[in-house]
Parts: sequence; C-alpha cells; structure tokens
Amino acid sequence: MATETLEMTAEKRVTYLNVSHTVKSWLLTLDHKRIGLLYLFAISFFFLIGGIYATLIRLELVTPQGDLMTADTYNRVFTMHGVVMIFFFLIPSIPAVLGNFLLPIMLGAKDVAFPRLNLLSWYVFMVGAGLFMLTMINGGIDTGWTFYPPYSSIYSNSQVTLAGVAIFITGFSSILTGLNFMVTIHTMRAPGLTWFRLPLFVWAHYATSLIQILGTPVIAITVLALALERTFQIGIFDPKLGGDPVLFQHLFWFYSHPAVYIMILPSMGVISEIIANMTRKRVFGYHFVAFSSLAIAVFGFLVWGHHMFTSSQSMYAGFIFSIISYAVAIPSAIKTFNWTATIYKGSVSYDTPMIYALAFLGLFTIGGMTGLFLSALGLDVHLHDTYFVVAHFHYVMVGGALSGYLGGMHFWWPKITGKLYPEVWGRISAVIIFLGFNLTFFPQFVMGYLGMPRRYHAYVPEFQILHVLSSAGASILAIGFIMPIIYFAWSIKYGQPAPNNPWTAVGLEWQTTSPPPPENFNYTPVVETEAYEFEHVEEIKNAGAGEVKRRHKESRKKNASRQSKNCQTS
Amino acid sequence: MAEHTEHHIVPIKVYIAVFLALMVFTAITVAVASFPLENIWGPLNIIVALTVAVIKATLVILYFMHVRYSSRLTQVIIVAGIFWLLVLLLFTLADYASRSGWPTPLAQ
Ligand code: HEM
Ligand SMILES: [Cu+2]
Repeated sequence: MATETLEMTAEKRVTYLNVSHTVKSWLLTLDHKRIGLLYLFAISFFFLIGGIYATLIRLELVTPQGDLMTADTYNRVFTMHGVVMIFFFLIPSIPAVLGNFLLPIMLGAKDVAFPRLNLLSWYVFMVGAGLFMLTMINGGIDTGWTFYPPYSSIYSNSQVTLAGVAIFITGFSSILTGLNFMVTIHTMRAPGLTWFRLPLFVWAHYATSLIQILGTPVIAITVLALALERTFQIGIFDPKLGGDPVLFQHLFWFYSHPAVYIMILPSMGVISEIIANMTRKRVFGYHFVAFSSLAIAVFGFLVWGHHMFTSSQSMYAGFIFSIISYAVAIPSAIKTFNWTATIYKGSVSYDTPMIYALAFLGLFTIGGMTGLFLSALGLDVHLHDTYFVVAHFHYVMVGGALSGYLGGMHFWWPKITGKLYPEVWGRISAVIIFLGFNLTFFPQFVMGYLGMPRRYHAYVPEFQILHVLSSAGASILAIGFIMPIIYFAWSIKYGQPAPNNPWTAVGLEWQTTSPPPPENFNYTPVVETEAYEFEHVEEIKNAGAGEVKRRHKESRKKNASRQSKNCQTS
Repeated sequence: MAEHTEHHIVPIKVYIAVFLALMVFTAITVAVASFPLENIWGPLNIIVALTVAVIKATLVILYFMHVRYSSRLTQVIIVAGIFWLLVLLLFTLADYASRSGWPTPLAQ
C-alpha cells in the first residue's frame, strides 16, 4: 500500500493544472478549480489597487494639513479604496476563490451544479471590473462607497453613473455564484454526506449564498435607480425632484448590512475548518455553529437601520433596529465561544493558518463588540461618522474577514498548487500582519472617540500623533501583505511538493491528491462519518493512505450502483 | 403541482390569453394615469396603479416564467424572495409611519 501512495504522487499524474496548458483551456474552462484560480488573479489585482489607494490615504493623513492632495482628490481616493476593496475584493474573495475551489470537493462532487454559469459569473465579474477600471481611469468617484444622494445623484462631478453600472453588473456575478453554490449543496452531496455531516465551511457558504441571492438584487436596483435619477432627473431620492434621500439609505443598507455578512460568514467557515483541524477536535457545538450561520443570514437582514440612527429615520424604527442589532450579535458570539471551547484542551499546532485563526478570534471579537457600541442609539450619535466606525469595520473586515481569507489561503495552498509554502515565513508574516494591523487601527478607535471625523483630508493638530501611529502601522501591515505574495509565488516554482494531506486533516478535500485531478476524485467518495471525526483519521493515518481508498471501496461495494467509476487500482 | 413538473407543455392559447390580459391591464394603467381618481379618494390613483402592477407581475411569474408548473422547491424559493421584499417594505414603511404623530419623550 505504501508503494501505491508513491505511484499516486508520481509525476505522470494528471491534475487539473497540467491537464492542458493553452490560454484557451484556462479562459474557457468549466472546471470549478480553474475558475477559482481565475478569480484569484482578478481579486488579487484589485487588492493591490485598493492597497495603493490605502497607501495614498495614510500618506496624506501623516500631517494635519492637506498637503499631498486636494480635498477633492482625497474624496476620490478614499471612495475608490472603499469600492474596490468591498465590491471587487472582499465580497468575492472567499466564496469565489476558496469556495469555488473547495465546495464541490468537500461535497465529493465533480464540479458545481452549473459549470457554465460558474464561468459566466467570472466573465460578468470581469465586465463589471473592466467598467470600474474605466471609471478609475476617468478620475474615479468621490461620493464615498455609500453613494448617498442627493450628492451622488445631482451634485457630484465624478463618474457615478459608470461606477453604478459597474457595480450593478458585478452584483450579478455574486448572485450567480450564490445560486450555483446553493443548488450544488442541495443536489450534489456524495452518498452518505447528510446535512449534518457537512463541513462547517459548507454551511457558512450556504448561508452566504442565501444573502447573495436575496440581497444583491436590491443593491443592483438601487444603484440603477441612482443612475436613472442622475441621468434623467427622475425624482426618486433627490428632495428637489420630489424624492427622498433617506429612502436611498434604506435600500442601500438593506443590502449593505447583509453584505458585511457576505464578507464575514465565509471567513467564519474557514476558521471552523482551521480550528478543528489544528486542534484535532470536532468543533464544539457543531449544530449551533451551523445554525448560527443561518441565523446570521436571516436576522442580518433586519438590522440595517443601525446605519441611519442620525438620519431622519424615526426614533421608533431606531429602537427596533437597535434591539435587533443586539440580538444579531448573539449568533456571532455563539461561534466565537464555540471556537474557543474547541481550542480548549485541544492539541493545538501553531502553524500559519492557526495563527490567522487566533488573530481572527481576537480581532473579530473587538470588531463585533464595538459594533454593539455603535448599535446603542445614544452612543452612536457621538460615534457616527467618526474614525471609531472606521476602526470598527476594519477590525471585522480586515482583522476578521481578511484574516480568514489569508488563513484559508495558507491552509489550502498545498491542495490548490501541490506545493508547500515556507512555513517559517508564513508565521513571521502572520505575526507582522497582526501587529501592523493593530497599530494601524487601534489608534483609530481612540481618535474617533475623541472626535476625529471620517473622510477628511485635513484635521486639527491634536490628532496628529494618533494618525502617525496609524500610518506607521499601515506600512508594517503592507510589509506583512507583500511577504505572502512573494513566498506564495516562490513556492509555485521552488516549493517542496505537497503531500495529499500535509496537515493530517479530515475532510474530503484531503483525501484526494494535491493538486486534485480534473474530476476531483478518481473514485466516488462515500461518507460514513461526521465532519471532524479525528479518531477515524488517526486510525487511517496509522494504516497508511491506501487504507482510505480501501474503506471507500468497501462502502462502494455496499452501494453497488455506484461501483463503475473505480479507475484506480488498489 | 409538484406531480406534473418536468415536461409540462403550456398550450399556446394560454400564452395568448395572458398576453392579452397584460395588454388590457397596461391600458388600464395608462388610463388611470390620465384620470384624476384622487378627486374621488386621495390615494386611489396609487392603489389602482399598484394593484394593476401586482396582478401583472403575478401573471408573468406564474405563466411566462412557468412557476405555476414548477416544482414545490422552486415555488418556495420564489415565495421566499417575495417575503424578503415584504420585509424590506415593512421595515422601511415602519420608519415612515412612525416619524410624526408619535410621542417624542425628550422633546421640549
Ligand atoms: C457583531 C455585529 C455587528 C454590529 C452590531 C455592527 C454594528 C454596526 C453599526 C451600528 C454601524 C454603524 C455605525 C455608524 O455609522 O454610526 C456599523 C458600521 C459598519 N459595520 Fe458593523 N456591526 C457588526 C458587525 C460587522 C461586520 C461583521 C462587518 C463586516 C465584515 C461590519 C462592517 C461594517 C461597516 C463596513 C460599517 C460602516 C459602513 C459605513 O461606511 O458607514 N460590521 N456596524
Ligand atoms: Cu450594519
């Protein structure tokens, strides 16, 4: 059996990467794994662009005077930073890259339910992204990522209509991905893979898909209405034309609050996988963690008014939105406590993914708790539109969602590329990111509380020390982000070949080869255990990899109808 | 409904009938727009226009989009979408409805 494992990793093996090499085979691929990589290139590019804008912001804010750029340029810079990072990086990041790559494999399926739709979603994304690049070349937009009218619909001299169309189009790629995942999870689970045997990554993506499908149409129609008002002076949001600007805020946040869960839920799914595998324990309270994802998806739709406490929204609506905002923190807290309980008395290994997971736990807790401060009706009047809000959402979006994305990229990198990244560099950069992140954003809580408003390029000198600290942190953070780009690229050429299961993890993706063959498995996997069944994997580890296949073969015999696909010898 | 899902063939007559109905309703919309119903009762214009719009949308969804002949699961998904729209409307209108005429404890 040991020799057979060797044969499996021998060079001639066909993988999804080497099955064909032409450009066409990539651009017209229907393989979910290749589409995941196409997305990876696209969003990495946008992360870079967003990063450049962030650098400009932090440079400008080193001094209290607006010396680097005019107020108008600064408006464009922070808007472009926000729009790029949210719509073109963070929302697609985990679902479109890791989700695309992993979801079918975790289900034991050959692909997603609609492979062509999957490719289409990438092209739709690229069209939207291309239009947005056009916006960028034409000078960008200056409304803030929130596009509030009547400024955006009447007064702004920037490319609002074009940007609106770009976001409208990109939204459809998000809807298509969500739809595809949902149908895939419903219909393509391997024999024996019942709902409560699913990895929590899959549950998280199910919940995310729900939000993408139910929420995204609203933002699409809202930005379209904005573009219409701007182009044809139809009165929808502008009071001068008989519209209502607060209506825009309702519609915008109906999507955009759930959208923050589009960003964080997949990340929570990644964290569940990493923590279970790195502590070698079943996630504590599996059912609670699974259902809390759904609870977040559903109740996350009922809190959007907490962004509008200082608008003319009625005080009574404010009460309701405030109370529900408190309630929606409960499922997030359930997850956080359950992960902590999972780590307790686990055999923890502090590999790079685990460092990111621990960073997530700490930073997401701070981000979530400050969200509760902001959901308090009275306190929000003081904190609204200050740097406190900026710090809050960077703790959840960078400290939470991005940590999950990076942790997941490290965790599954060996599976995706078949190469090991240098672990020591991984740990060093994870720690640098953690430190740089806190230095960047913690001072922003303080200055926000002290009254520093967001979206200004000049400020009173009292805040300079805090801004300098923040900018210093940002440069450390930048180093931390550049390092993985370098060593990941390096590992593709020079990295050690990855074994099939470098972390001795559980989950179907670790039972196939690294990188996987084009059809993911050379046999139809049969699932007989719950997710995160570590006693079982220890047994298998001792027995050698051939044992995995033998077990599958046995189950398959029981399942006579599915016997045909057995192309590997055993 | 779920029983006769997959290959239900809708007679062309049904399509024509639905199309004609949609045309009639469109005519009603246009007529109502140019007829001052608010003389009879303030919001009547909007009520008629919205009712017509809802009926038309329902016809399109049920017949042109084949939902009437689709599986239960498809129907559930569509109802969920409509339910979500109602959530949007309900919470938004709750704001508008409670802006004035309600006590403001801290006022004056
Ligand atoms: C634990 C639950 C959370 C609560 C109770 C919460 C609450 C809030 C509140 C009340 C605001 C409005 C502050 C203001 O403008 O005055 C806010 C802003 C924001 N939150 Fe959260 N939040 C939570 C989690 C998250 C998560 C997980 C994310 C993203 C992954 C996120 C992203 C944002 C963003 C982007 C904004 C700023 C929007 C803007 O530009 O105005 N929040 N949050
Ligand atoms: Cu929110």
